[in-house]
Amino acid sequence: MISHELVDLSRLQFAATAMYHFLFVPLTLGMVWLLVIMESVYVMTGKLIWKDMTRFWGKLFGINFALGVTTGITMEFQFGTNWAYYSHYVGDIFGAPLAIEGLMAFFLESTFIGLFFFGWDKLSKPKHLMVTLLMAIGTNLSALWILIANGWMQNPVGAEFNWHTMRMEMTNFWDILMNPDAQVKFVHTVSAGYVTGAMFVLSISSWYLLKKRNVEFAKRSFSVAAAFGLAASASVIVLGDESGYTVGEAQQTKMAAIEAMWETKPAPAGLTLLAGINEAEHKNNWEIEMPYVMGIIGTRSLSKTIPGIDEIKAKNRERILNGIPAVVALEQLRADRNNSEAEATLKAHIHDLGFGLLLKRYTDKVAEATPAMIAQAVDDTVPRVAPMFWSFRIMVGLGFAMLALFALAMWSSLKGCFTEKLWLLKWAVLMLPMPWIAAELGWFVAEYGRQPWTIYGVLPTHLSVSTLSPASLYGSLIGFVGFYTVLLVVELYLMVKFARQGPGSLGTGRYDQEVHA
Amino acid sequence: MLDYTTLKIIWWLLVGVLLVGFAIMDGHDMGVGTLLPFVGKNDDERRVVINTVGPHWDGNQVWFITGGGAIFAAWPLVYATAFSGFYWAMLAVLWALFFRPVGFDYRSKIHNARWRSTWDWGLFVGGAVPPLIFGVAFGNLLQGVPFSLDNNLVSYYSGSFWALLNPFALLCGVVSSAMITMQGGVYLAHRTEGRIQLRSMMLAGYAAWVMVAAFVLAGLWLRFGHIDGYVITSSVDAAALPDPLAKTVARSAEGWWQNYRAQPMLWLLPGLAICGALLATWLVQSGRTLRAFITSSLSILGVIGTAGAAMFPFVMPSSIQPNASLTVWDSVSSHLTLQLMFFATLIFMPLIIFYTSWAYHVMRGKVTVADIQANSHQAY
Ligand code: HDD
Ligand code: HEM
Ligand code: HEM
Repeated sequence: MISHELVDLSRLQFAATAMYHFLFVPLTLGMVWLLVIMESVYVMTGKLIWKDMTRFWGKLFGINFALGVTTGITMEFQFGTNWAYYSHYVGDIFGAPLAIEGLMAFFLESTFIGLFFFGWDKLSKPKHLMVTLLMAIGTNLSALWILIANGWMQNPVGAEFNWHTMRMEMTNFWDILMNPDAQVKFVHTVSAGYVTGAMFVLSISSWYLLKKRNVEFAKRSFSVAAAFGLAASASVIVLGDESGYTVGEAQQTKMAAIEAMWETKPAPAGLTLLAGINEAEHKNNWEIEMPYVMGIIGTRSLSKTIPGIDEIKAKNRERILNGIPAVVALEQLRADRNNSEAEATLKAHIHDLGFGLLLKRYTDKVAEATPAMIAQAVDDTVPRVAPMFWSFRIMVGLGFAMLALFALAMWSSLKGCFTEKLWLLKWAVLMLPMPWIAAELGWFVAEYGRQPWTIYGVLPTHLSVSTLSPASLYGSLIGFVGFYTVLLVVELYLMVKFARQGPGSLGTGRYDQEVHA
Repeated sequence: MLDYTTLKIIWWLLVGVLLVGFAIMDGHDMGVGTLLPFVGKNDDERRVVINTVGPHWDGNQVWFITGGGAIFAAWPLVYATAFSGFYWAMLAVLWALFFRPVGFDYRSKIHNARWRSTWDWGLFVGGAVPPLIFGVAFGNLLQGVPFSLDNNLVSYYSGSFWALLNPFALLCGVVSSAMITMQGGVYLAHRTEGRIQLRSMMLAGYAAWVMVAAFVLAGLWLRFGHIDGYVITSSVDAAALPDPLAKTVARSAEGWWQNYRAQPMLWLLPGLAICGALLATWLVQSGRTLRAFITSSLSILGVIGTAGAAMFPFVMPSSIQPNASLTVWDSVSSHLTLQLMFFATLIFMPLIIFYTSWAYHVMRGKVTVADIQANSHQAY
């Protein structure tokens, strides 16, 4: 049996490195479009200030991008180094979008980012704009492909198990591309990136305005960010609500946990705003509810019911029991490939094979699983409620707070009065970290909410790991923490230094705080 | 459409193409990183060296990332077994690579000699360590790797990191390091002038000679030094569903020489490796740097091709459970996935080559100290 310690350490390492990667990703995704917008204005009007804006924000973008790349390589390696059985078991499907991401997206963004920085004097204005645009398309395509891969983990369509090769195999690529889970994930996640980019520019511009520095530069940047941010934060909310509640079963389980719905409620269910969660007794000690809303959000109807946690568990119990013969038959088949009886049994129970595998967390001999083990496995199938419930609420709360900020910023930038509204500028500065917090919590909800599966209903997390020693994992974790801490300190130092110095750091002679190198 | 056997062979070739592409493209900027402390004697000179690859290194690195992705997609079991088995070696590569994006981008953003020289050594590590480890890994593949597979295809690795560093593998590491240094030196000679160019020419020449010597020595060692190859002893049904446990494999002194016996044309590959490198030394000394870059790239093709041709159809032989060795026939993805990925590659690879060439074309010409001084805010 695989040790729990190894599994937990592998999860910790993946979570830490992925969340770290996602500190840099959203800023890249959003900033790149702001650069396209600013440079387009430059090309159309020929006004130098817009070129300086593109170059200055581009400089900060570059500092962030470098760490996006650094931490991205870790992610690419990690499926093989730490999730070897996962890589074997689903590589036939999962590897494809990852490889296509490289071919279609990474090459594009990485080639053109070089020209973005080095091509100002070598390319005509429209050609340079084209370079910026291609870089933007590249980054966004990269998000598309990785989220198709990730969406498939939540809702594994277009694939089936093949016992000869002992893995999942692709049956329909189109289904994988068109996976509704992947689509909603993509739009919600890139919008979250756009919000991040907009907030970054808005906050730093507001800070210049508070300091009365580079005022013309900051005013223009503020207006662009406000408009872009308003559109982005509206779409992150609309598309967050789309986030595929009813598409896959993983989503239903998550929704029940997010909403702390212990029991199935009669339709149309109410939305629990806040609650005192009592995990042990499967109930909420108190709750504040908005009637009808949940039913409408979750099912887009007034009559369909949404399953509660207890109902989901009862169903999963059936599936686990039904999965036991599948696991046993598969073992017989692997030992004797001609056992046609076992093949027939496996075929009959194949849809619950994954649920049977959940028992392997507690015993190697699944056939002999005790009722207590089965009960534990059933409990595992629903994530802990409180972390899901609160993470989600903070994300949503921040989403609305940012929408309000951008709406006010947009309104006052249309009226042209924002430079005097000190409270608005201060609020904008304080909101700087919020998109990151919301995005990290969003990933937590999505990924922790998928537990105990890596591939929902197909492959449990504890079987996915590489057969490494916990000592190796401690070693690599320490290495990552050490490296990543140093890198973060260096990055923040540079980011703060150049953000404080402002466009003067371009050395054009047109701004405050020039330096002469 | 294409049948399964053909696709399995095509994917062996395509992984080869990606590896060679990586060694040529990312190889030259890793070579530049390796040479950085030695050809750049002061800050301006070092900035010249860095800026020869400044606009391109990130695009080039994607050859590596895509190579990893392609192995994941086409040979999932190889990706799983190799990356987890070589855990510490992979992490060493990864951590060395960390120094590059930040090194390139952050180094010249601060005026401080200590800061800059720290990142210069970071770039050196990022350039020198990965090729060394890849060479060592290849050396271990040629000797067989101590891994086993159970009936559910879970892989177990029973060697240690230190066992990877055996003498033969280290010799392969020297081949690989020298090859990449040669490539970087030739590239630098093409993109710089004056003293930097002279130093690069000289070092590229030394590296080429070291590579040729180590390459020949490794070949002789493999032939006469009791390093057994592997052969499949059961009948092979190349079109069958991939099952790495269905065959039998034996060790044999003839193992890695069989393909060369059957196809004497393959001797052209080691020939190319040696002649390409020697031609490159001569061309670079006489100032024909672009041609030197081409012959040096051909030499890389020869070196990697030589090893690949020796091992075919093996990808990762197992020294402790030879029957579980991973081969081109039985550790691949399904027919559908191979086909899909083949078409994706067919569409995107020409596009990538096209726009990469355009990027180099835009940035063509020598990078000089004067350029750096004129653009000190913009250049790396
Ligand atoms: C929603 C977007 C998103 C998500 C979920 C991920 N990434 Fe990422 N990744 C990007 C969006 C992105 C990006 C925007 O394209 C980056 C970030 C910043 C950057 O420089 O490019 C990037 C960079 C980046 C790179 C470096 C590319 C280069 O050299 O240009 C690699 C290899 C990966 N990522 C791989 C991964 C893997 C294997 C992930 C899954 C576990 C992953 N990323 C999650
Ligand atoms: C960059 C954004 C991402 C973040 C912040 C993130 C976050 C997390 C977290 C918090 C966990 C740990 C869950 C737990 O063990 O409780 C996790 C696990 C995992 N995630 Fe993600 N994730 C991200 C993207 C992805 C993507 C795009 C994929 C696949 C394409 C992915 C695949 C996995 C896998 C394989 C695991 C390990 C197994 C598991 O614990 O479920 N993640 N991630
Ligand atoms: C106010 C409205 C919001 C709603 C209703 C909402 C809804 C959701 C839901 C349901 C998920 C889980 C999807 C899954 O489990 O697969 C999710 C994930 C996520 N959220 Fe939000 N969200 C909102 C705001 C935000 C904001 C403001 C951000 C960041 C700026 C954000 C960033 C994310 C990210 C990065 C993920 C993980 C990726 C994904 O699964 O799509 N969300 N969101």
